[in-house]
Amino acid sequence: MITSLLIANRGEIACRIIATAKKMGIRTIAVYSDADSHARHVKLADEAINIGPAASSESYLRGDKIIAAAKQTGAEAIHPGYGFLSENEDFADLCQQQNIIFVGPPVASIASMGSKSAAKAIMQEAGVPLVPGYHGSEQDAETLKAKAEEVGFPLLLKAAYGGGGKGMRVVESLAEFDQALASAKREAKSSFGNDKVLFERFIRNPRHVEIQVFCDEHGNAVYLAERDCSVQRRHQKVLEEAPAPALTERTRQAMGEAAIKAAQAIDYVGAGTVEFLYDQSGEFFFMEMNTRLQVEHPVTELITGQDLVEWQLLVASGQPLPLAQNDIQVNGHAFEARIYAEDPDNDFLPCTGTIRHLRTPEGEPGVRIDTGITEGDEISSFYDPMIAKLIVWDTDRDRALLKLQRALRQYRLTGLTTNIDFLHRLASHPEFVQMNLTTEFIQQHEQSLMPQLDIDVNQVATEAALYDIVSRQQAHSATAYFATDSPWHQANALRMNDADLHTVELQYQDQLHSITIEQRDAVFVTEAADSELQWQVSINDDQMTVVCNGRHYQRFVCADDQELTVFTEQGPVTLHRHKVTDTLVDEAAHGGLVAPMNGTIMEVLVSKGDSVEKDQPLVIMEAMKMEYTIRAGHAGEVTDVFYAAGDLVSDGDELIAMTEEA
Amino acid sequence: MAILTSKVNTRDEQFKTNHTAMQGVVDDLQQKVAQIKQGGGPKYQERHLSRGKLLPRDRINKLLDAGSPFLEIGQFAAWDCYDDYVPSAGVVAGIGMVEGVECMIVANDATVKGGTYYPLTVKKHLRAQEIAERCHLPCIYLVDSGGANLPRQDEVFPDKEHFGRIFFNQANMSAKGIPQIAVVMGLCTAGGAYVPAMADESVIVKEQGTIFLAGPPLVKAATGEEVSAEELGGADVHTRISGVADHFAHNDEHALALARRSVARLNRPKPTELDRREVKPPRYDSKELYGIVGTDLRKPYDVHEVIARVVDDSDFDEFKANYGNTLVTGFARIHGYPVGIVANNGILFSESAQKGAHFIELCAQRKIPLVFLQNITGFMVGKKYEAEGIAKHGAKMVMAVSCAQVPKFTVLIGGSYGAGNYGMCGRAYDPTMMFMWPNARISVMGGEQAAGVMAQVTKDNLARKGESMSDEQEQKLKQPIVDQYEQQGHPYYASARLWDDGIIDPAQTRDVLGLSIAASLNAPIEDSRFGVFRM
Repeated sequence: MITSLLIANRGEIACRIIATAKKMGIRTIAVYSDADSHARHVKLADEAINIGPAASSESYLRGDKIIAAAKQTGAEAIHPGYGFLSENEDFADLCQQQNIIFVGPPVASIASMGSKSAAKAIMQEAGVPLVPGYHGSEQDAETLKAKAEEVGFPLLLKAAYGGGGKGMRVVESLAEFDQALASAKREAKSSFGNDKVLFERFIRNPRHVEIQVFCDEHGNAVYLAERDCSVQRRHQKVLEEAPAPALTERTRQAMGEAAIKAAQAIDYVGAGTVEFLYDQSGEFFFMEMNTRLQVEHPVTELITGQDLVEWQLLVASGQPLPLAQNDIQVNGHAFEARIYAEDPDNDFLPCTGTIRHLRTPEGEPGVRIDTGITEGDEISSFYDPMIAKLIVWDTDRDRALLKLQRALRQYRLTGLTTNIDFLHRLASHPEFVQMNLTTEFIQQHEQSLMPQLDIDVNQVATEAALYDIVSRQQAHSATAYFATDSPWHQANALRMNDADLHTVELQYQDQLHSITIEQRDAVFVTEAADSELQWQVSINDDQMTVVCNGRHYQRFVCADDQELTVFTEQGPVTLHRHKVTDTLVDEAAHGGLVAPMNGTIMEVLVSKGDSVEKDQPLVIMEAMKMEYTIRAGHAGEVTDVFYAAGDLVSDGDELIAMTEEA
Repeated sequence: MAILTSKVNTRDEQFKTNHTAMQGVVDDLQQKVAQIKQGGGPKYQERHLSRGKLLPRDRINKLLDAGSPFLEIGQFAAWDCYDDYVPSAGVVAGIGMVEGVECMIVANDATVKGGTYYPLTVKKHLRAQEIAERCHLPCIYLVDSGGANLPRQDEVFPDKEHFGRIFFNQANMSAKGIPQIAVVMGLCTAGGAYVPAMADESVIVKEQGTIFLAGPPLVKAATGEEVSAEELGGADVHTRISGVADHFAHNDEHALALARRSVARLNRPKPTELDRREVKPPRYDSKELYGIVGTDLRKPYDVHEVIARVVDDSDFDEFKANYGNTLVTGFARIHGYPVGIVANNGILFSESAQKGAHFIELCAQRKIPLVFLQNITGFMVGKKYEAEGIAKHGAKMVMAVSCAQVPKFTVLIGGSYGAGNYGMCGRAYDPTMMFMWPNARISVMGGEQAAGVMAQVTKDNLARKGESMSDEQEQKLKQPIVDQYEQQGHPYYASARLWDDGIIDPAQTRDVLGLSIAASLNAPIEDSRFGVFRM
């Protein structure tokens, strides 16, 4: 059995692996970059080794440094987590050479699945279903029609040398085929000078369903049910669930067996995931196999009651799988929501910043949170912007979904923009509730997934103001006889022979709300339409207990010296404290040509003196693994260029100076 | 622990009558204050606002920390004193917390006669400075004033306690390290120009604030030069060219934010720490003071009932309880601060005066602030008492009160008459702060007694001529005197003339005292040295 394990990863997955290793009595060694010296995974591990600068390419992706760290600490095995070096065959090979156990499949298995086309060929050979199609050179109408019939309908007809959608059409039935082929060929000929076409089965509104497989060195292989990961944005999963809803037992079994076939075709060992495209008709087709532990593995753990990391470590130690296929039972339903630092209202642009306030539903029954982040941590542009995975379990899908919605509301985080509210909108979307899943879900429901702006701002601002006032008064009560305190800190707005009025000025979306609240001893009074509202408020941490004209309720509020965030039933609402000096910042300092976030300049496309058109790209920068193009806001001349390719820039840095708009 | 047990029955008829009467005078007080807070009235307020300026009380609200109390002084200043209506004497003053520092704020109200200085405006401004100097409170002047009220120049300009004293005080406070900050938010002409010029640090608002020795009309008259106010002494001129002001503000709000920043960098830790304990509210509702005290000064009540509704946890450790018990003395806490309470429970006798002197010395020795709850018709009179030397015993108490260097706070909770006023730390004895309840009266003696004395003197004169006076004639003689005393002894009359720092709702007494004590602790408590006590 492995007795010491180095985790070549960071964030939640490093923490997750350490937890299981500790449970099994295995000594844990973390590695960390300069940016992560105070990270949670470093604190959790028994030892931690610095492996270099913040950039992944100089730390977490440096196999040599990780091997050196393993040697230094005498680690017997390395768990690569997901991402980084987890599917890097060279690294797996290096481990083997150094006599270190790589917790993952053999080098050859990784290599087989590394190339998508090669992988498909292997799968075809093994009899794993692939999306049927025809890519051949026989182009006569008869052959094509015969092939089309084999492939099945609907199918997608494409120009072989085409692009940009030209010559592409969906053919619904054999009857339409001839006419469609003729017009596709015509269009291909005129557009690309070649009328060669190809086609494959068109899978309308497919779902992404994947099978968790596990194999050991002794020839045992099992599958641990499936996961539905259809809800994706930018081809990244957002919301996953297990088991996949509305799947027949037959399909489930067929998929599981196909997945095992796929794994065995490449002599797989360890944890792997076979991803399928699932057609609403019930057919499924192999997409790819991930030769590692998946981000969304917890949903499988919750419905099977197994610890997949434990399984990995057992298998890596050469032990047989803990359970046989027949022993694996599925119980209940689980969801995973990936909480990202990103802006769903702005094309899911990653966001950076410091987490100022963090309260989670951790500890609630059926709720699990996998995270590497604690309050005060910074989400930098160096790594993936995932903050946490919120996983819930209950006896059936409806109940689990309700729990997910509630847990998302209980997940209170401020300091940067996150997708928590978006996840809640997704989880409560009627189509999602109805299990109408497809990989196009987010695009298809873009409109109805937008935030609903039916917030009673005055009500929210009043609650925020009350929190502000009462938290100050409670702080006074708690320290009332300290030297730093005095009756002047009562903060009761005492006025002589007059009402004690508190005025709190809060800004919501550029609109200033001035909230006036009268204090009558412990009661607060505000004016309503034609009556007055009486409030009694007590605060414990971020929890505010409110009694307003007999209605008793809870509100969660996070406050700092810049802003107050009220977590309402409609989601969090952030109000900024009115600061006089803020409004007087010289506006000229804010040109449009600034870095939208921290990142690296990839390319500068213009030089000083160039004339540019409106919207012409000027600079391309990379941040959080994505590219951003900075364009000219108006036509004019470039008067200065402040950065060159490779330079690091911070959010708000001016990149290019231009002449004023004519 | 010596918790007072109240014997008050709130269902008692007398209690209810008292409560109703006191509620009546408190309501009247609040109505008057509501009116006073309207400053120069809607017309002038609107004009002021239309210039983009904030009203003085709003300026103060924005200057203060969120939720900070504002211990206003001289709210009733100049009430019914002049033919002109000059609410608060055209200047709002008081203590408030700015960036965690208790400051004295003096804000001119330009909606009241252009913020010009009437005699009582000067007196109030000087009183605010006196408190600041006494308590080492940084001063923030929100200047918006046309300067001295010219028709009354003889009452505001030449004398020692007149306009010039403002700048004398600024200089001497600055010399003592008490910060002087001016925010020029309007006119600041002639003598007024010295407020910012004498300040340690000043802010001026663009297109609002002006500082010059002579305004454009006077310049034109003197030299023929034509110049606008902004060119002559605006924010740009003074922050960029002359250096008369230090910080340029875009508007009132910005100016107040700059003033706050200025206070934030003062570096003022509090020097004086008392042995403070956990703050506990009194065990009895302070509103019950209404029903206990009432408004009929002739109706006696036990002052312990008042103390039980003012001090923390109603915990009062009485000193010499069985001796000279017409004066109640003892130790208690207000908002956690230790205080020595001196309260009248009847007329002063020799024993009570000696006990008072003893207790005051004790507090001075221990540096414990003193609180006087004044309800005193005077010292006992008569042959027996003169013979036992009540004058010298009274003198001991006056000596102790005069020389005690601890912070002293006086609240007139009932009558304040004659030498009783002296022994109980009346205005002349320099209490750090002094407040009056709306039921209280202050005069050299009671109206009835004064009328009686006058009637007696007249009767004696007539008797010498062999004449006499009918009851009707006597009543005719007495009534105007009674009326005069009632009018002049009234809190509004007294407070209008700044014989005290303000009229307070009895229910607010504990908070007002707590705030006053806390503010006074910005200054160190000096050792007391007493004069010769006549034994």
